[in-house]
Amino acid sequence: MTLTKASLCEALNNELGLNKRESKEMLEQFYEEIRSALEGGENVKLSGFGNFDLRAKSPRPGRNPKTGEEIPITARRVVTFKAGLRLKESVGGYSASVLS
Amino acid sequence: MTKSELIESLYKKLPHLAYTDVEMAVKTIIEKMTEALGSGERIEIRGFGSFSLHHRPARMGRNPKTGAPVELQEKFVPHFKPGKELRERVNEAWLKQQ
Repeated sequence: MTLTKASLCEALNNELGLNKRESKEMLEQFYEEIRSALEGGENVKLSGFGNFDLRAKSPRPGRNPKTGEEIPITARRVVTFKAGLRLKESVGGYSASVLS
Repeated sequence: MTKSELIESLYKKLPHLAYTDVEMAVKTIIEKMTEALGSGERIEIRGFGSFSLHHRPARMGRNPKTGAPVELQEKFVPHFKPGKELRERVNEAWLKQQ
């Protein structure tokens, strides 16, 4: 099972009573707001869930894993995600229930 | 940007929705995502990214205060992989400023 925009849309519809169009619009805007904040250089902190942070990476030598050929990796900015406390606890509970 | 700033900003863009609906919607989305990962489910949002669990094997750690060795159980940790649109927009905006 995978959670997608379709299943989130259904949750907004069922649990909050937003209609299909409003739910879809809400979801599109939700992810778009996060994308555009990050695009504009702003980190995003969703307390409990986690932080989306920006990191500037220096250029470094890389390799094509198939051919072994050396190719330079250019400087770039990337998004990293650091899970928040509530998410960590939730995943920790899952770990304890399926492992060991 | 914090959660409350996100709610404010969404409310301005979706003025036909009540503020409490926007607030509840943001909380519901975050809650559903937390529950999904907390039950071992993946999340895939096209253009944004995917969240999945990565396995971490058991290892010996240390109590940082006393230095005493402690056995750490194997576990899963949340992992986020940015999607193509997010990756490209974040990098291209930055490259333009350089």
